[in-house]
Amino acid sequence: MLYPDTVEAEVLVHKPWFVATMFGVVMLVFMAFNLSGTGFAELMRPVIGEPSTSGLYGRFAVGFAVAVIFTLNVVLIGFAPLKLQIGIVWLELLLLFIAFFETFHLSLPFIREKLPFLISQGVVTTLYVSAMSIVIASVIAVAGAVAKLSNNGFAYAIASFYTSFFRGLPLLMQVYLIYLGLPQLGFVINAVPAGILALSLCYGAYMTEIFRSGIQSIDRGQWEASRSMGFGFALTMRRIILPQALPVIIPPTGNQFISMLKDSSLVSVIGVWELMFLARTLGQKTFQHMEMLISAAMIYWVMSICLELIQSRIERHYARSKVR
Amino acid sequence: MSAQAIIEAKAVSKWYGQFHALKDINLTVHKGERIVICGPSGSGKSTLIRCFNRLEAHQEGEIVVNGVTLHGRMSNVAAVRSNVGMVFQHFNLFPHMTVLMNCMAGPMWVKGVPAAEARQTALQFLERVRIPEQANKFPVQLSGGQQQRVAIARSLCMKPDVMLFDEPTSALDPEMVSEVLDTMTELARDGMTMVCVTHEMGFARAVADRVIFMDAGQIIEEGTPDAFFGNPRHDRTKVFLSQILRH
Ligand SMILES: Nc1ncnc2c1ncn2[C@@H]1O[C@H](COP(=O)(O)OP(=O)(O)O)[C@@H](O)[C@H]1O
Ligand SMILES: [Mg+2]
Repeated sequence: MLYPDTVEAEVLVHKPWFVATMFGVVMLVFMAFNLSGTGFAELMRPVIGEPSTSGLYGRFAVGFAVAVIFTLNVVLIGFAPLKLQIGIVWLELLLLFIAFFETFHLSLPFIREKLPFLISQGVVTTLYVSAMSIVIASVIAVAGAVAKLSNNGFAYAIASFYTSFFRGLPLLMQVYLIYLGLPQLGFVINAVPAGILALSLCYGAYMTEIFRSGIQSIDRGQWEASRSMGFGFALTMRRIILPQALPVIIPPTGNQFISMLKDSSLVSVIGVWELMFLARTLGQKTFQHMEMLISAAMIYWVMSICLELIQSRIERHYARSKVR
Repeated sequence: MSAQAIIEAKAVSKWYGQFHALKDINLTVHKGERIVICGPSGSGKSTLIRCFNRLEAHQEGEIVVNGVTLHGRMSNVAAVRSNVGMVFQHFNLFPHMTVLMNCMAGPMWVKGVPAAEARQTALQFLERVRIPEQANKFPVQLSGGQQQRVAIARSLCMKPDVMLFDEPTSALDPEMVSEVLDTMTELARDGMTMVCVTHEMGFARAVADRVIFMDAGQIIEEGTPDAFFGNPRHDRTKVFLSQILRH
């Protein structure tokens, strides 16, 4: 949270000039949009008569009504306590979103029919690939960070070459390179392990930098205290440095995990039956692309939200030793 | 002297790059001896005692701790360090562990002491530094003086043969200095071998067997507290003493 002042500012959405401006802008925007064909105009029929022939008056009336509802809504939300405010705004944005999807006229029975398979095959594979990759990437990251911080020339050279290479190439290309390139060297590799390998190596490179900066953020006094008690390097790292670096490492790593969850869709190009692959193929036969794509999009979103929640729990756990 | 030498430094020199930080230091710390090192800032006091547990490397001369010679390729540095306690100016407690765990960690992880026994020892030493009731708090929840006493207890739990103190009271608010000095004085009464870098001259007078004055990387003067404070021989010592004893 930003560090709040003790003197409360007047609520922005209650300032007359802001309310007036908001009202004006909303009204103009909705006048500019021609809403005469929509359900909202139908609702206004008692006032404006037949919507399609209501002309400028109709537009004005619709814009005015929308502006009144919108402004009233915002002003009222301004009175609510913080938590409630957040909840209401989330809910309203969600409703708008659903209304937007409504306009696609999606076939719900089709979604209902395919959803179980989308989840049992697609979600499971996506989660499996991402989870395996993040674990391997973390291991790579610890090793890479230690190597980059060491004064061993070989270790540093290998680690910096690795991070430079895998951060420098598009992930999609790495997926192809590993899946198509390794067989050239005599390693025939299945699509799923190839995908996991590509994601691990790519994210390991990014996370190496995260872990390195996390380790560097720990005061050298901690190393000295640990060393002065006779702790060796591994013990110092595992028990003293990494646990303290974790609060620094976890927020960006959570981001990486969320981003990996979605980047795992790139392995669909080598035929792994994960969520994205199924979303593209299941709807193909019957030309119901939108249904599957939107379902998959929602599933990705829900999974990301779960990860966000987990991340914030872990962050709270680590904030414990900081409280006074 | 017939007492056993715990730390022996012979003709030790150390450089930081081009900078000659320790120049031909000769010093022997005997078992049970209490030594206070003082001197102006930047004179190499911290560097010297950090060489005693090889947190810093010396380039010339020889340092022998408990019969083990310290050098860059030694394999048993951990064993030496676990017998040499060190207390830092800024405490350096492990902030992610409770006070109790700070004290249990060393014995458990380095010496393989069972948890129950380590806990017993930790509580015993926390009792001794008079903060048993803080055992389950985290270091940030303690005052500076309390944190430093925990740091002393943490070192004591390793049952060291000698304790090194690097300006243990310099980072403390004035009203907390005495509680730490009292703890150290008690420790000295109990016969602990101690090397203290400190400017607390009252403590030096009351506790030290020998006071050592360093300047510009050299030991300029050493002697009993009475001789050192009553009758300093070198000009630099006199200037230094007049500066810190003025108020
Ligand atoms: N890591 C280091 N690198 C370079 N110079 C250092 C380092 N540590 C200390 N010095 C220098 O060595 C001298 C002695 O430092 P130090 O032992 O900390 O002095 P004191 O503890 O007596 O104040 C100082 O001049 C300081 O600048
Ligand atoms: Mg110092």
